[in-house]
Amino acid sequence: MKKIVIIDYGLGNLRSVRKGLEHAGADVIISSDPEEIKNADGVILPGVGAFRDAMKNVEVLRSTIDEYVESGKPMLGICLGQQMMLSTSEEGGVTEGLDLVKGQVLRFPHSELKVPHMGWNSIKITQEHPIFDGIPEGSYVYFVHSYYVDTSDRNTLISCEYGTEFAAAIVNDAGNVIGTQFHPEKSGDTGLKILENFVAMC
Amino acid sequence: MLTKRIIPCLDVTLDEEGGTVVKGIEFVDLRKAGDPVELAKRYNEQGADELVFLDITASHEGRGTMVKVIERTADEVFIPLTVGGGINSIEDIRQILRAGADKVSINTAAVKNPELIKESSEIFGAQCIVTAIDCKRNLDVENNPDKTIIELEDGTPAWYEVVIYGGRQPTGIDAVQWAKKVEELGSGEILLTSMDRDGTYDGFDIPITKKLSEELEIPIIASGGVGNPEHMYEGFTKGKADAALAASIFHFGKYTVNDVKEHLKEKNIPVRL
Repeated sequence: MKKIVIIDYGLGNLRSVRKGLEHAGADVIISSDPEEIKNADGVILPGVGAFRDAMKNVEVLRSTIDEYVESGKPMLGICLGQQMMLSTSEEGGVTEGLDLVKGQVLRFPHSELKVPHMGWNSIKITQEHPIFDGIPEGSYVYFVHSYYVDTSDRNTLISCEYGTEFAAAIVNDAGNVIGTQFHPEKSGDTGLKILENFVAMC
Repeated sequence: MLTKRIIPCLDVTLDEEGGTVVKGIEFVDLRKAGDPVELAKRYNEQGADELVFLDITASHEGRGTMVKVIERTADEVFIPLTVGGGINSIEDIRQILRAGADKVSINTAAVKNPELIKESSEIFGAQCIVTAIDCKRNLDVENNPDKTIIELEDGTPAWYEVVIYGGRQPTGIDAVQWAKKVEELGSGEILLTSMDRDGTYDGFDIPITKKLSEELEIPIIASGGVGNPEHMYEGFTKGKADAALAASIFHFGKYTVNDVKEHLKEKNIPVRL
C-alpha cells in the first residue's frame, strides 16, 4: 500500500483529502514530522486560509520539502498548497513562496465577476500528464479562491477561464511536483479519479 | 465557464431516541428516508453542487450528534458541505470544520456579535464563512429615511429589515447595509432568505436578491420560495444570484436536482451536468 503523507501545518480541513486518498487505496498519515515526509511515497501539501500565515507555518519544513522534491517522488499541492509552490504571492503584501515552480500568485482584478471565484468551473487540458489520465476536456471541478497562479505555459497542465485565463493545474520542470487550484477532494467523481491517478504515480 | 450552483438544504434534527433525522422528507423510495447521510448521497448522485445541513436542534446534545453526521457525510460525499444553525463561537466553528464541513453559516450570532465574522474569517479564511441573512419587507419608508429603499415588483417602495431567531425577531437593521458590512468583515458568501417568500412556493424575492447581487462583490445564494425550476431560472436571471438553495421541491421528490439543471440548461444558464 502506498504511504501518503498530508503535511499538517495547523490550518484547514484535512479530513476530506484524507478520505479521498483512502478511497483511492492509499495509507494516509497526517504529519509535520520531517522523517515521515522524507519516507513517504507521496506527499500532499493542502491548504486553505491566507498565504502569509500558511508560509510562516510551512517555512520550518522548507528544507524537508526541498529534499523530498529533489528525490523525484510525487507531491501534490491543493489550492493554497499549490499557490505556496510558486515564487511569490501578492496576498497580504508580496510574500515569498517555496519557489518549486517559477511564477507568481495574483489577485483577481476588480470586475463585474464575483470574488472569490467560487463553484464548479470547466477545465481545459493544455498538457498531458499522468495525473489527469482519463479526465475529459471540459470536466467540472470545484474552485474557491480569490488569488490565482500566473506561470509559464511549460509549467501549466490545465487552464481555466474566469475573467482571465489562469493556471488551474501546474507542474514543475521535473514533472513530479503538481499543483491544482481546484479541490479534487470536493470535485465529486472527477476529483476522486485525480486523487486515484496521484496515488498510482506514487 | 463558472456554473450556477444548485444547493439542496437539509434540516437536520434529533428524533425521540436521539438519532439524527432530516425533517420534512417525503421520498417514497428511499430505504432510510430520515438519514441525513443517505440523503446527502442521494442528492450528490442527482448532481447537487453543494449541500447545506441546517442543525435545527442546535442544542448541546444536538451539536454532538451533528458532528458525527458531518463526519460520516464528509467521509462519503465528496462535494462541498455547509453547516449552519446555532453557531455562536470560534470553538463551534472549529469543531464543525474539523468534522469535515467546508463552510459554516452564521446567522443570529453574527447580528449579535459582528466581530465573530471578522475573527473567524481571519482564522479560518473568508471562503468558509457564510453569513445567513434572513430579511423581511418593511413598507414603512417614511419613518426610515436612513434605509435602502428598494422598489418592489409592483413599484411600491420598501426596505428590507434583518430578522433573527428564525424570523421571529425584527432588528431594525437594513439588510443591504448589513450585507455590505459582513462583506467588509470578511464573510466569503451570503445566504439570503426572504421571510416573505420562505415556504410560499411563489419564487425567490427578486428585488432584494438583485440588489445584493449588484451591490456586493461576494457571491449571493438565493433562498426561500422555490416551487419549480422556472423559479430557479428567475433567481439567476432577474435576481442575478450566483447559487440557488431549495429544500421542499427536492424533498418531496417532485423534482430532482437534475430536472432543475436540465431546465436551466435548455434556457442557456451554465450548469454542471
